[in-house]
Amino acid sequence: MQTWSLVSMCVLLGIVVRWGVSLNSYSGAGKPPMFGDYEAQRHWQEVTYNLPLQEWYSNTTENDLNYWGLDYPPLTAYHSLVCAYVAKTINPEWVDLHKSRGYESPAHKLFMRATVLVADLLIYIPAVVLYCLYLTDGSTKKKVCTVFCFLLYPGLILIDYGHFQYNGVSLGFALWGVLALGLGWDALGSLAFCLALNYKQMELYHALPFFCYLLGKSVKLGLMGRGLFLLVRIASTVLVTFALCWLPFLSDPGDAMQVVRRIFPVARGLFEDKVANAWCSLNILIKIRSILSSDSQIYISFACTLLAVLPSCVRLLMKPTFWQFKLALVRGIQLIILPLFLKDGLLVPYAVTSLAFLFFSIYLLSALEHCSEEELRLGAFHKLLFCLPKLDLFYISVSAMAGLSVVTVALVPPTHLPDLFPVLVSSTAFLHFLGTFIYFNIVQFSEPPSRKSQKKND
Amino acid sequence: MCAPISCVGPYVLRNIYHSTDFEVHRNWLAITHSLPVSRWYHENTSEWTLDYPPLFAWFELGLSHAARHFDPDMLLVENLNYASPSTVLFQRLSVIFTDLLFIYAARECCRCVQDQKGSRDVLNRPSFVLAVLLLWNFGLLIVDHIHFQYNGFLFGFLLLSVAKHLQRQHLQGALLFSVLLNLKHIYLYVAPAYGVYLLRSYCFTQDNKDGSVSWSSFSPLRLLALGGIVASVCALSFGPFIAMGQLPQVLSRLFPFKRGLCHAYWAPNIWALYNTLDKILATLGVRLKLLQEAGLPRASMTGGLVQEFQHSVLPSVTPSITLVCTLLSILPAVASIWFRPRGARGFLRCLLLCALGSFVFGWHVHEKAILIAILPLSILAVENREDAGIFLVLTTTGHYSLFPLLFTPAELPIKVSLMLLFTIYSFTALRKLYSGRGSLLRPLESVYLLGLVGVAFACEVAFPLSPWQQKLPFLPLLATSVYCSLGVCYSFLRLYASLLRPPGKPKQP
Repeated sequence: MQTWSLVSMCVLLGIVVRWGVSLNSYSGAGKPPMFGDYEAQRHWQEVTYNLPLQEWYSNTTENDLNYWGLDYPPLTAYHSLVCAYVAKTINPEWVDLHKSRGYESPAHKLFMRATVLVADLLIYIPAVVLYCLYLTDGSTKKKVCTVFCFLLYPGLILIDYGHFQYNGVSLGFALWGVLALGLGWDALGSLAFCLALNYKQMELYHALPFFCYLLGKSVKLGLMGRGLFLLVRIASTVLVTFALCWLPFLSDPGDAMQVVRRIFPVARGLFEDKVANAWCSLNILIKIRSILSSDSQIYISFACTLLAVLPSCVRLLMKPTFWQFKLALVRGIQLIILPLFLKDGLLVPYAVTSLAFLFFSIYLLSALEHCSEEELRLGAFHKLLFCLPKLDLFYISVSAMAGLSVVTVALVPPTHLPDLFPVLVSSTAFLHFLGTFIYFNIVQFSEPPSRKSQKKND
Repeated sequence: MCAPISCVGPYVLRNIYHSTDFEVHRNWLAITHSLPVSRWYHENTSEWTLDYPPLFAWFELGLSHAARHFDPDMLLVENLNYASPSTVLFQRLSVIFTDLLFIYAARECCRCVQDQKGSRDVLNRPSFVLAVLLLWNFGLLIVDHIHFQYNGFLFGFLLLSVAKHLQRQHLQGALLFSVLLNLKHIYLYVAPAYGVYLLRSYCFTQDNKDGSVSWSSFSPLRLLALGGIVASVCALSFGPFIAMGQLPQVLSRLFPFKRGLCHAYWAPNIWALYNTLDKILATLGVRLKLLQEAGLPRASMTGGLVQEFQHSVLPSVTPSITLVCTLLSILPAVASIWFRPRGARGFLRCLLLCALGSFVFGWHVHEKAILIAILPLSILAVENREDAGIFLVLTTTGHYSLFPLLFTPAELPIKVSLMLLFTIYSFTALRKLYSGRGSLLRPLESVYLLGLVGVAFACEVAFPLSPWQQKLPFLPLLATSVYCSLGVCYSFLRLYASLLRPPGKPKQP
């Protein structure tokens, strides 16, 4: 069947699933006084529409930062402003300063859900389609399967259309960046990524791979010739993009600093929301919280994060091929560790399952096509874990996660260990992370398959 | 493999809007559970009285015993419009569960479809295409799972009966059809096809050389078997009510001719065109001073409730007239399978024509009845090129005519996306099946279908935002009805042409 018809059917199915999920409840529905992320987004529309720009990120009488103060970079604020204009034309009550706090109605829910869908349709979905069609190799069927998996990735759908967020925008921009780099349009790629960065600061996790790849590429082209020219072009693109996004705040350095302080609140500790990372797991063994001060914890975590990513970035610097770049990005995804974990423990297991879904669906897709251990370079991996045969690893991990999901929902934790389940889930997620981390280390540092290196050479 | 997905899909949509039919079925659960049998067809606390045959009432009774475990309050007759979350969940699950029968029937139909020679991959085989066209039929999905009815369950019986006839197991087919008739009497529309086909091709065991009926080969035994099956099913269903002497009451509930010529939203049949013509002539007449405006009856055809009404200029239509028109329209088809039987596929064609004929000329037709024609046509569409073309026109038009069933803004993205999904699939899959032999659609048909897009945009987007929304709120419904009835009537004529065409081309048995 023609590619376009298959792809359009995948997109339509993605839309149906998204809208179906969005008909359910959103975060903080009917839960005063703070409600949830849905109310946060509505509040940002209210703030950006009614207040002058300089006050958006400051604590003033009109703008109480304790009630869902803006803590994303300016592009989110501009997006909220655009939505607010539309909201005002439909029903001014939705963005009335102060009076619209906690506003909930079926029509408003429809509007908010529609904004998420429109943003996805404009930014995320086209990026996914183009990426899968032009930058994945394999038969048409495999490309369409990749589109299908990407678009039906439950984690993103549940968070964006269930809980309520706009992750599709930042991920979409980042994906446009990857797409552009893959096609060799480096300046446009950096532009897209800067937009992603200015939308959500979490994209910083992807920044290192982008930086190392582009730097490595420039170095390879020769710092005295074309390389320098490329470097200058990229640098100026980045600077101009940032300047344009931050322009209204640059007139007063105090404003800009206030924005930075809101975006990077280093006062929050490392343990917020029992985010699955090494710290949480390590804390079971060593009570880190009690040993180190808050500041030291921050510095050490930063250092360790950097150390973890460093090998792949160094490798990328030395060998700036697109294949290495994609691998480094995956490492970045691993390190994000889903700040999208939610306060209500129910969606946590599903987010974890989705993480696995993402990895395994994409890489097992390739396993379906070339089914040799050679290609997957799992040989070395299994020398480490000689006790477990290949496929069982997959089933073990899936059943572990499924079991955890069921247990978290169905059972009540013992009273002396009230956080048992979230901690178990974090630890499991970390174990998976560790496993895939090691796997990708092996993949990245062994010889890439010759077929791929010929295709991906830029 | 399509089956699990077709169960999960409806589950995702379970929180979406449900129509008054939801309350109808809840009420029937309550009536059958809480009241003695003698009260079932007399009960009228709610306006949604029991108007399906008794076998469906027994079915609701069975469901009500399961419903007790979800939320016993839904079984109280006084709880009008009761819709607790558990009630909604139970009702939706019951539809999903009964759809299992539909899935089984679809599988049986796929087994009857002949796969062409040559090794094609799974996705391009006619049986696979048929499976998708049946299981993910847009019309069925929105009518059953969003609007709420048990059509999947009922169509399961119809398709299974058709499959049995295609497999030459006529007694089973007859049994299934009798059960179906006793579940929902709307299928009386297609009973002539069954009757004539079974009489001609089953009771007369042989044909003469020239194809005409061989009177000597009549088998009374077979006729008795058929009669016995039908009689016993009807006895099972109506028996208790005949014993209580309630038959007239039951029949009056089943056939309420007090309702108007058209439903509140005109089904896209000939009467929609007739009504529109009447309105145009009336307006012209008033403009040209040929008629007195005061003398015209109040325009109430488009009101929300069903009422009796009169036409202004053209003669009024009564139930008897529609009956006569319907019978006349199906007569050639029925006669054709008597004089020139073409086996089970000829019977299927005749069934389609009976269904479509009743749709086009019937009294108080619901637009959902178009599915009775669309679903069996899918079987013919994957086997025959000309039928595929007719299928594309009828299905796209018929499915679009179901849009007004879902009218809240929240459903707009879903119904548009699902409709596009099904339409794209049917076009590309059928085109692939018959590739290399030119286009499936004639140019005029393509233009008509593209026009549907324009109508859709106008009705769903442009009109609600225009100033006429207040003055003429029925205009989108009118436009949809009229535009779609053109397509439906056209498909009817084309199907007739394909049936009555002299057998110059060798047709499959």
